[in-house]
Amino acid sequence: MTSTRKISYVAIVALVALLYFVIFLLNVNGVLGNYELGIMNFICINIILAVSLNITVGCLGQITLGHAGFMSIGAYAASLFVKSGILTGLPGYLVSLLVGGVIALGVGILIGIPGLRLKGDYLAIITLAFGEIIRTLIEYFDFTGGAQGLTGIPRYRDFTTIFVITVLSVMFMYSIMTSRHGRAVLAIREDEIASDAVGVNTTYYKVFAFALSAMFAGIAGGMYAQNMGNITARYFDYNNSINILVMVVLGGMGSFTGATISAIVLTILPEMLRTFADYRMIIYALVLIIMMIFRPTGLLGRKEFQITKIIDFIKIKIKGSDKAGGHLNE
Amino acid sequence: MKELILQIINGLQLGSIFALVALGYTMVYGIAKLINFAHGDILMVGAYVALASVPMLSSAGLPIWLAVVPAVVFCAVLGMVIEKVAYTPLRNSPRISNLITAIGVSLLLQNVVMTFIGANPQSFPKVFNVKPLNIFGIKINFSIIVTILVTGILTILLQLFLRKTKFGKAMRATSEDYGASKLVGINVNHTISMTFAIGSGLAAVGSILYLSAYPQLLPSMGSMMGIKAFVAAVLGGIGNIPGAVLGGLILGLVEALTKAYISSQLADAFVFGILIVVLLVKPTGILGENVKEKV
Repeated sequence: MTSTRKISYVAIVALVALLYFVIFLLNVNGVLGNYELGIMNFICINIILAVSLNITVGCLGQITLGHAGFMSIGAYAASLFVKSGILTGLPGYLVSLLVGGVIALGVGILIGIPGLRLKGDYLAIITLAFGEIIRTLIEYFDFTGGAQGLTGIPRYRDFTTIFVITVLSVMFMYSIMTSRHGRAVLAIREDEIASDAVGVNTTYYKVFAFALSAMFAGIAGGMYAQNMGNITARYFDYNNSINILVMVVLGGMGSFTGATISAIVLTILPEMLRTFADYRMIIYALVLIIMMIFRPTGLLGRKEFQITKIIDFIKIKIKGSDKAGGHLNE
Repeated sequence: MKELILQIINGLQLGSIFALVALGYTMVYGIAKLINFAHGDILMVGAYVALASVPMLSSAGLPIWLAVVPAVVFCAVLGMVIEKVAYTPLRNSPRISNLITAIGVSLLLQNVVMTFIGANPQSFPKVFNVKPLNIFGIKINFSIIVTILVTGILTILLQLFLRKTKFGKAMRATSEDYGASKLVGINVNHTISMTFAIGSGLAAVGSILYLSAYPQLLPSMGSMMGIKAFVAAVLGGIGNIPGAVLGGLILGLVEALTKAYISSQLADAFVFGILIVVLLVKPTGILGENVKEKV
């Protein structure tokens, strides 16, 4: 088993590197222009958003409707940091994302502790309320640029950096959710009372998952702000939270692979089909309803793409051919 | 002093509308254990139906407030259809699926109106052509008095309906225990349909009252209204009829007074701030009862 795991780590790194080089080569050859790379940046940001929301919705089993609120906190914190000019370039970018993430994490804990005492529906409403409060406050204060928004944010849209950050973020979130802590979170999703009874500190782990999710929303917000160069509070409203939720629901609540794939598809689709954009929200709404009626777990359910399974499969094949008719299931 | 009284009256008007919409939320939540996110959007649809029926009414020489009739009928049917198509298949699904479906229905209503009717604001003609009344030197619009009176009357009627009629008893029984009501021969499907129809009808009445105060239509007008009405329902104790009215009035007063004396921009922050404080202090709401969780 451990050897399989080692091989799988190498394989994952190799696959990700391969993906990067394919994109890199396509860019050099002019197949992917700046416009396409720009979309790639958006895909990366949306992947982080969808995967982070998946932690709360899919792994913890609680709905939050204020994910865009955390994104806005990260966006504004990171933007104000880089605008202050303390650090510039790549270090400035990285530190700004960290600042955005940490502040979103703090706010996540602040909202999570009281909010998570409430059950399901109420949490959805309280996060929605917090999202609106955050938006109202951002529009009220002057240092955030008020309703006009924040402009002149130093832009940072280097695809390599964004790609690496996305890969690391997703890996980090996935490994936490498959660790001991993550399994505690999954236990709460399955049955909160039972996991409480067997000694899982439910409050702690709920806040843990919620705040983790908020932190990465903040990081994605910081990336978004510096990708765009200007932001308004209005962008981070309820509808944006719903957009991210659609990605998670469509891909499969609880599946990191599903969240990633649907983030990719739902970012590219509106770009490719301009006429579709007019009807996008109607289709999103229908997708939500039909999905919940006919396939409430989402397209992938809780399934993950696991490289270890492929490696095991190959190993069995090799062993099988060596032994020629030996026990496959050894 | 005059200013304060005027603001309080404005707050009561807004609060009455919140209360009417909150009644629908509370009834549906009580019976189906579902936050009907689309409830505010039903109000929006009601407003558009009213707008569409205005030319017909004025050509027949009838007063404009009669637009409430087609609005109520349309919304009641719409509410029942939504329940049948979207919510009935999910009755035994986890709460999270119900919530996502409700969000989907809300988005659908909003975007269908936005795409096929238009996203631009449209104006609604004056609902009541009556001069403002002068009470102790304070000018009060006729629409304010109608709004408060209609809300009061409808609340009392609804209470009587729930307490005295067979249907009302069936509704209360179903909200108490779904399975047991089925056993004693209550047609649960019918009862739930009825609840959606009544709730949606109340939202439609709310839409006309809303238009009499703020004569502008937008596809998004329902979503904030709906969220605030839900806040009102939670504030008063969800599932509780007098609670919904109380919560609505409190929210209306808070919003009007914040807008007048603190900051018009911060009104929403205060409204939602109240929700958070109440949920933290008493998660069941002001008039709500504590329910022990069953394992």
